Amino acid sequence: MPQSDITNIVIAGLGGQGVLKASDILASAVFRAGFDVKKSEIHGMSQRGGSVSSDVRFGKKVFSPMVPPGQADCLVVLSQSQVAVARPMLKADGVLIEPGMIDEARLSNKKSLNVALLGALARHLDLADNLWHAAIQAALPEKLHAANMQAFAVGKAS
Amino acid sequence: MSQRQESDRRLASGNEAVAQAALHASVKLGTGYPGTPSTEILEFFDGMGGPAQWAPNEKVALEVGIGAAFAGARALVTMKHVGLNVAADPLFTVAYTGVSGGLVIVSADDPGMASSQNEQDNRRFAVAAGLPMIEPSDSQEAYDFTLRAFELSERWHVPVLLRMTTRVCHSATVLQTPGYPVPAAKPASFVRDVPGRVMIPAYARPAHKRLRSKLAELAAWNDSEGPNQSVEGDSNLGIITSGISFQHVREAAPQARVLKIGLTYPLPIETMRRFAASVDRCLVVEEGDPFLYEAACTAGIAVENKSEMYRFGELNVERVRRIVAGDTSPEAAPTPGKPPELCPGCPHRNVFEVLHDLDCIVSGDIGCYTLGVLPPFSAMDTCVCMGASIGVGLGLRHTLPPEQARRVVSVIGDSTFVHSGITGLIEMVYNPPPTGHVLVILDNGTTAMTGLQEHPGTGRRLNHETTSKLNFEELARSIGIKNVQTVDPILDASGIERVLREALGKDELSLIIARRPCLLAAGSIKMREKSNAPK
Repeated sequence: MPQSDITNIVIAGLGGQGVLKASDILASAVFRAGFDVKKSEIHGMSQRGGSVSSDVRFGKKVFSPMVPPGQADCLVVLSQSQVAVARPMLKADGVLIEPGMIDEARLSNKKSLNVALLGALARHLDLADNLWHAAIQAALPEKLHAANMQAFAVGKAS
Repeated sequence: MSQRQESDRRLASGNEAVAQAALHASVKLGTGYPGTPSTEILEFFDGMGGPAQWAPNEKVALEVGIGAAFAGARALVTMKHVGLNVAADPLFTVAYTGVSGGLVIVSADDPGMASSQNEQDNRRFAVAAGLPMIEPSDSQEAYDFTLRAFELSERWHVPVLLRMTTRVCHSATVLQTPGYPVPAAKPASFVRDVPGRVMIPAYARPAHKRLRSKLAELAAWNDSEGPNQSVEGDSNLGIITSGISFQHVREAAPQARVLKIGLTYPLPIETMRRFAASVDRCLVVEEGDPFLYEAACTAGIAVENKSEMYRFGELNVERVRRIVAGDTSPEAAPTPGKPPELCPGCPHRNVFEVLHDLDCIVSGDIGCYTLGVLPPFSAMDTCVCMGASIGVGLGLRHTLPPEQARRVVSVIGDSTFVHSGITGLIEMVYNPPPTGHVLVILDNGTTAMTGLQEHPGTGRRLNHETTSKLNFEELARSIGIKNVQTVDPILDASGIERVLREALGKDELSLIIARRPCLLAAGSIKMREKSNAPK
């Protein structure tokens, strides 16, 4: 299977920032679009404030759940401090999405930065907005829906 | 017995898939001890309405599971790879007794040690104990193979080991149900079978022979109809693989002919032999130990092994490419990330600061607090396995010169203390070192490291309902420890230093309990205490 058939996304940040939640939403959105998808991450010690990253791969058929280093089409980083750590995952002409792209003052809840960055990612993926919205609603409790839909829209317009 | 399932297609982790299969198989009892990457299996099972409970440790969990399976019920027992070391005693003998109801033992290996103290390859346990082992490579197989494991367990009346690995446990992949047909379950009922269940030597000798003949039958079955998969490809390269490595192989060498082994013990040796003979070059690609490779060599099958450098850590697509190419040049080191640390405001912090300031020799243990080894605390000198802090500390006390021995402190968390520290505490009283000893229990009211699970010291069961609560102070006093002090390391930060200095200053046995809820758990603990309180 040629590599070009698979889209590789890496989401990176620090424990507690919502990296895993963001990758859940992304994986759910692409699954809803009918793709084969695999999502992989490491739990445990890394969650105690250390570096965390999650790989999402989708396409017609995905085998390995892990994005090979240097092959991420898009790299979404939730903490500026982690850009240098995660950058080797990104391919030469890949898209880097970093927190500086979002004006945090425009977020109704600052904890929604992860979802705002998914909005910025959405500009580079061919996925209908309603799939993203459904994925966000499925992944979060109802009381957080409005803030996260707003954050997604802020990111999408960035 | 099995209900008609509704058709469902979703993304699920391997852990969720195992739980789903257990639910569909009408498992009557799920038990285990939390351990990354296996923890979520029982939590999912509970969330789906399955009967799930945490045991104090893996040995007890397996024994409870054995009892259920003797009763004719289906039981699922879960643990991380090192948990199987703790459960090894019952494991080796339940292989002889066999079971009536299906008994599936999940042990989750952690190649690369994302959150473990070693990267042992538990396929070795299957051989050592003589138990069939099945190995899924994604969530669909985690579901299907769990059901097959119950089927095999009941067909051959033998427990089955389900080997997961970090990337199978924690990767979300597509899970479609119904998948493998759910084997019909029988109701539990006691059937007396003294020679089959009581392993005195006279009964164990024939039981061992029975086990070996079951394994011979299983090997033949594995060759003829086992859960193995072959992928067509060029005859110039054939790859024998199993588990997650299969996924990397399919991507790294898409043109290769592949034999993926699902039941990795007892192996389908004749299938492997035919496969190897069908290709010009036959390579074994497996994470960890050269398990398949050695078995093939022993059977006289000409196969090629990966270079020793790939034995360490996880495999991935890039590493498999290198293995196929025979590339042994040094690998690029990953950019070091930010290491984990004790949370800001964590109650353990004050204790480790004091241990550092008093220049203690700290015999540590397994949990979040192992991070006390890192700066700024640098306050841990040993960490071996669950519960080892006490025994290792005692050994140091017994043998070091007195002025050094008096600096030795054992430090253990609450869940770890219940898991395997209690026998260490009894040893401390039974064989006290001449300088006495000091044990600190860091009681944060939860099993924090694995994601805030309950344990017998919290007074709540897996589903957070109230149950009997183990009282550490009373336990210690009842076995003969006179100096028992409890301090809140946040409210009384100076108290920790005071009681520790005091304890270190006398040649007696002391227990200091530093009790303060984990920051991450404090909110939910308060809520549960309130909602569980008698109205």
